[in-house]
Amino acid sequence: MIARKDVVLEFRSRTAFLSAAVFTALVLTVFNFGRDPTAVATVDLAPSILWVTFTFAAMLALNRAFQLELENQALDALLVAPISRTSLYWAKLIANAIFVGVVQCIGVPLFVLFFNVDIGSILVPLIGVIALATLGFVAVGTLFSAMVIRTRFAELMLPVLLLPFLIPPLIGAVQVTAALLGARPLSESVGWLRLLAAYDIVFLTLATLLFPVTVTE
Amino acid sequence: MTLAQRGRWVTATALVLLAGVYVRALAFTPIERFQGPAQKIFYVHVPAAWSAMLAMGLVGLASILYLLMKDARFDRFAAASAEVGTAFAMVMLTTGPIWARPIWGVWWTWDARLTLTLFLFFLFMGYLLLRGAVTDTSLRARYSAVLGICGLVLLPFIHLSVYLFRTLHPQPVVLKPSAPSLPGSMLATLLFSFGVFTLLYVGFVMQVYGLAAASESRGDG
Repeated sequence: MIARKDVVLEFRSRTAFLSAAVFTALVLTVFNFGRDPTAVATVDLAPSILWVTFTFAAMLALNRAFQLELENQALDALLVAPISRTSLYWAKLIANAIFVGVVQCIGVPLFVLFFNVDIGSILVPLIGVIALATLGFVAVGTLFSAMVIRTRFAELMLPVLLLPFLIPPLIGAVQVTAALLGARPLSESVGWLRLLAAYDIVFLTLATLLFPVTVTE
Repeated sequence: MTLAQRGRWVTATALVLLAGVYVRALAFTPIERFQGPAQKIFYVHVPAAWSAMLAMGLVGLASILYLLMKDARFDRFAAASAEVGTAFAMVMLTTGPIWARPIWGVWWTWDARLTLTLFLFFLFMGYLLLRGAVTDTSLRARYSAVLGICGLVLLPFIHLSVYLFRTLHPQPVVLKPSAPSLPGSMLATLLFSFGVFTLLYVGFVMQVYGLAAASESRGDG
């Protein structure tokens, strides 16, 4: 229900969502000019471009995940409401995942358009790996964003704390994406996919256990 | 004698012994055949890395204990351990490149263990920054405990993911299934240095912890 509320709010106001989408488009554009097109083939750089963009987009989305609740003490209201802290975490997680997912739905076509990469034949596995890595991003990110809102320099604190945690899923996602774009068989990426899945499971469990601690008054 | 004062004595003893490590490393160990004198940094680098890892391990452990028992002493210990660990991580990250330049020909490479220690340092920094950014003490303790635990869980993942990338770091020479592949005098010096660095860690933590406890009891912590 909270997840629905958040999603509905996002799409009603549209500002946060629109700015995240525009931000994604801009980062992709920046990448286009931040490389020497005669020296580096796009396909070599494509996985990094995609994933650095998604990392920043996810960060932007997570930064405001609990910001909304801080206004008018909505978070306090949520905490006194008869729902468990665990369901609050999962609601926030789902809302964040949907938010990031929709931004990615805009990011991927733009990426294809701007960098002229062909993803038609690998669409399903690509979406799979995006989902797997994004889940890892959001699992840790939701936990940390609940903490940083009550710190000073919250907008800066989240990236400083969160980026080290995004490194394992990022490495895995880039490797699998590179293998997919290079038309290499999926069996080559099994190790990375296992790592991504293990990361998701471990951090989802850990964050579910630790989240109640961060919001208790 | 307060804890901080006792910590000062432990640290002083460890520093004297550290001079002993230098003497042993320079005068009583053979020059390594392939690496030459550069290998001597090993007696500082590896024990510093050990202390930094120990510090992170204890931050994680103290964080778990804090969440279970809500005893402020665990939080204070974790904070002290993180601060001291940052210093050891700095030693490790500076001595490493000094050695790597003549031996590997580069200051830095994205090897699994190097990356791991760099992120260990980032985690310590993030941990200390987070502590600095929260004013409420109970909130600060809970937030940093959460970060401490997550950090401890993260490190194996970083190591594993970078290891799948590739690795270049010298293989372990002491803790490995077969017997240590070091001459006796080198091993003795290294183990001595391990002891000294552990003692240094203990001395530093006692001082930081003692000072934090004193300033808290005065009411300005």
